[in-house]
Amino acid sequence: MSPKFKKSILVCNGSSCLQASKVNLIAEFQAKLKEYNLENEIQVVQSVCFNKCTLGPNIIIQPENVEYSTVTKEDIDDIIIIHLLNNKIVERLVYNQVYENSGSTKKQYRIALRNCGFINPEVIDDYIEKDGYAALAKCLTEFTPQEVTQQIIKSGLRGRGGGGFPTGVKWDITSKSVADQKYVVCNADEGDPGAFMDRSVLEGDPHSIIEAMAICGYCIGADKGIVYIRAEYPLAIKRLKIALDQAKEYGLLGEKLFGTNFNFDIDIKYGAGAFVCGEETALIHSMEGLRGEPTLKPPFPSVSGYLEKPTNVNNVETFANIPAIINKGADWFASIGTEKSKGTKVFALAGKINNVGLIEVPMGTTLREVIYDIGGGIRDGKKFKAVQTGGPSGGCLTEKHLDLPIDFDSLSAAGSMMGSGGMIVMDEDDCMVSMARFYLEFTVEESCGKCAPCRIGNKRLHEMLTKLCDDKGTLEDLDLLRNLSNVVKDTSLCGLGQTSPNPILSTMQNFYDEYHAHVVDHKCPSGQCKSFMRYYISEQNCIGCVVCARNCPVNAISGEKKQLHVIDQEICIKCGICMDKCKFDAITLN
Amino acid sequence: MAKIKSVEDLKKIKERIEQANQKMIENNNHQKLVEIKVAMATCGIASGARPVMDFLIAELPKRNIVARVKQTGCMGYCYAEPTLEITMPDEKPVVFGYVDLKKADEIIERFIKKGELVDGIIPINYELAT
Repeated sequence: MSPKFKKSILVCNGSSCLQASKVNLIAEFQAKLKEYNLENEIQVVQSVCFNKCTLGPNIIIQPENVEYSTVTKEDIDDIIIIHLLNNKIVERLVYNQVYENSGSTKKQYRIALRNCGFINPEVIDDYIEKDGYAALAKCLTEFTPQEVTQQIIKSGLRGRGGGGFPTGVKWDITSKSVADQKYVVCNADEGDPGAFMDRSVLEGDPHSIIEAMAICGYCIGADKGIVYIRAEYPLAIKRLKIALDQAKEYGLLGEKLFGTNFNFDIDIKYGAGAFVCGEETALIHSMEGLRGEPTLKPPFPSVSGYLEKPTNVNNVETFANIPAIINKGADWFASIGTEKSKGTKVFALAGKINNVGLIEVPMGTTLREVIYDIGGGIRDGKKFKAVQTGGPSGGCLTEKHLDLPIDFDSLSAAGSMMGSGGMIVMDEDDCMVSMARFYLEFTVEESCGKCAPCRIGNKRLHEMLTKLCDDKGTLEDLDLLRNLSNVVKDTSLCGLGQTSPNPILSTMQNFYDEYHAHVVDHKCPSGQCKSFMRYYISEQNCIGCVVCARNCPVNAISGEKKQLHVIDQEICIKCGICMDKCKFDAITLN
Repeated sequence: MAKIKSVEDLKKIKERIEQANQKMIENNNHQKLVEIKVAMATCGIASGARPVMDFLIAELPKRNIVARVKQTGCMGYCYAEPTLEITMPDEKPVVFGYVDLKKADEIIERFIKKGELVDGIIPINYELAT
């Protein structure tokens, strides 16, 4: 069976390449190939985004896999003559560059997601085939716990759950706590709106988490591990359970692992989906069967955690990096990323972006590369406005931050945070005041209610934002909003309240003009807040057919037959039905 | 199943898996098998990966194609789900997006049988730490 076509031209059909290309490249190529009598030897194929959107239009020639960028209609002759007929490269259209953060020609570099999408998560043999459990074997038989911990410290791995605390240091502290029993906890309580990194890892590669937890147990001296996972992730739970059973059957969990004296076993505890339980002390209380409320640190869980025993809590993605670090070495890991943030970070790209998806990039990649090259740019050719990182605890970054290399410190310095990796992209149609209100609505709902600043303060903040969106705000409200935000931030007990005003503070910093417009100009610049909309009936077009008045659900429209109708703005609920029903384009929106 | 009690045991399992793979090739007249991976994370299943996988498992033997169809986790192309990765013997893997039953049929007939590429290819856009 030999392929019918000798070569294939893959033409990117991503929306930004389509926009960059003035012509239909596929049709142009097909027409030219016909001219050269090549249409039976070379095939033109429509392809999904190549992740090089800023260089579009892009094409790839296969089987040799040569990528050409900024291809125009005028380049087609050259590509056919030089490349397809004479097997040489059209150098001027090649833009392959090597990225300094990873030494790779691709923007994405997968460490935590190395097995996701490659192995069957329900078959342990698939994982072992990919060198699974080799890292655990190596640790147990070749290194002391201290040596392994030192490796992790040396790798520079920092907690991927949001805090960014050095993982090795955490292990070291827990290992030095003296107790008869210690615990390893995997925090899989992923609650940020728009985040799905941990779910994907658990669904795609559960064994790597099991292996890493056992390695952690060996380092800190724990023989018991617990995965705290939200009950809303049924598939992740199912696959994790299968993986645990298989690991036990193979003797990779249980007693005397690899013939050493190290015992380790893992249990699953389910969370009911409370956002606050992602905070480690609240998570531990929830595991103990108590209310999911945080307590003041210290004592840190490393000293007194689950059942008052030393407990090491790490996030799913943090654990997913561990086997790779052991197998490939701390120096390899430390060579990727920026000075203070090593390795890669998984992001869940969501919002008004073309390529919604799960991506993993080396630390130090810029926001522009993530949004425009990997994310494929903004949907429908709209203008980029902001990106929210860190979920409800983070802040928004704007156009001026686009060239910011992403790492823990640069994001904090810019007034946002890394968070667990949710990235929600907003375009020009999004109102930043409503966006802040959306996140506050979330935190009001999720506040556990233990401390007053968070319980009452967030509620008041949400009310003020609602007032602004309802066209009832005053300039005093803006001052109060900022002051109260700072009070909530400074006085709340745990991370939830300490970060919940961040969306307000960062939007006020970056988009103060929008807040101002809501209050002073009585306008919502992006036109998203309904209260600022006014429907009017134009004198010229209205013929008095009464259709609008008949369809108005709140009887806000009055007028006699064959006479001009009027909308009572006090009663109008801005549903827009009148506009849809009017056949004479008489209803206008201001 | 004998428990793994040493590093040697783990190596033996790896060897056993490799031998089993070899055996499969021998049973297939010394031809490598077509490998098909279907992204079956929650997002993939929600956008219809399961019927596609069932279709492949049912149709491939009928059309005399010996293939290993495997479910995997998320490949990361959420915007193009359901996604498939197909590795033809001795070739590089090719990923297809937006695969519904009609597309799956086209992939079998044109890509697997004839070696032609079909619309909807996703070029691999990352490097793996292996």
